[in-house]
Amino acid sequence: MWSFFHKLGSPPWLYSISGAILRWLLPITLLALAVGAVWGLLFTAPDFRQGNSYRIIYIHVPAAVVALAGYYVMATAGAVSLIWKMKMADVAMKAAAPVGAALTFIALLTGAIWGKPTWGTWWVWDARITSMLILLFLYLGVIALYEAFDNKEAAGKACAVLTLVGMVNIPIIYKSVDWWYSLHQPASIKFTGDSTIDSSMLYPLLLMIAAFYAVFTCCLLMNMRAELVQRESRTNWVRKLAMQGRSD
Amino acid sequence: MYFESFDALIAMDGHGAFVWAAYLITLLVVATILVAPRRRQKKFLNQLAGELKRSQSSPSNSGKEVT
Repeated sequence: MWSFFHKLGSPPWLYSISGAILRWLLPITLLALAVGAVWGLLFTAPDFRQGNSYRIIYIHVPAAVVALAGYYVMATAGAVSLIWKMKMADVAMKAAAPVGAALTFIALLTGAIWGKPTWGTWWVWDARITSMLILLFLYLGVIALYEAFDNKEAAGKACAVLTLVGMVNIPIIYKSVDWWYSLHQPASIKFTGDSTIDSSMLYPLLLMIAAFYAVFTCCLLMNMRAELVQRESRTNWVRKLAMQGRSD
Repeated sequence: MYFESFDALIAMDGHGAFVWAAYLITLLVVATILVAPRRRQKKFLNQLAGELKRSQSSPSNSGKEVT
């Protein structure tokens, strides 16, 4: 157990194991995305009330779900780097921010596009949408704050504090559709009780959620690898890597 | 397949522009976040390889390696 944590702190070990994971995870991710998108676009019936515009659900919901999950990853990494000063946690926190920002952006944008034919408006200052916008600003804030410091250690600390303070936003996003009933519909998938979505629509949605989790994992690992070789550029293993001219 | 023709698939009963725009933008963003880190890493390693080759040819910089 402890030797695992010890290894986790070793950059060359992390670099090689993440390379091995990506070799099979990346093709599976792309396949799952393609199958899920084709399934949702071509092989499901339109929604009884919303017609074909509901097909945006297969990217909107997965992007939003994983954007939130990504924040947990970033905040956990931030807490670990703050408490135990683990360098790899700092690398993970920095690597998660751009991926989370991109997914939040997708969720907001596809939501706006979905809103136009469904609600008749691109944007409302509804609680769910506004709290997701704040999530986007939190991700962008972490990226900007990291760049603002010359001292990387101070940057890591400041970002970790920002992510932990930003955690306040997460339960608000979850509960917003129940607390403030407005245009955004409540959750269709429930862990307890029956889901209010037909199984023919549920399966491709679950596949897309899994695919987006995989996208996040791939991007997180690739960002960490890119960050690792930059931080460790003076060590022998990175120099060897550079001289070999390969990156996997 | 739900749609009866290719045209019906594109039009989606008037919702086509919304659905396809949402999927296209998502595709572009996902492709970018999947490609960008690898490109950044390759660029950095190539740069580093260039620096190392240069320092090998000039002996004054040797012996600086850190393990």
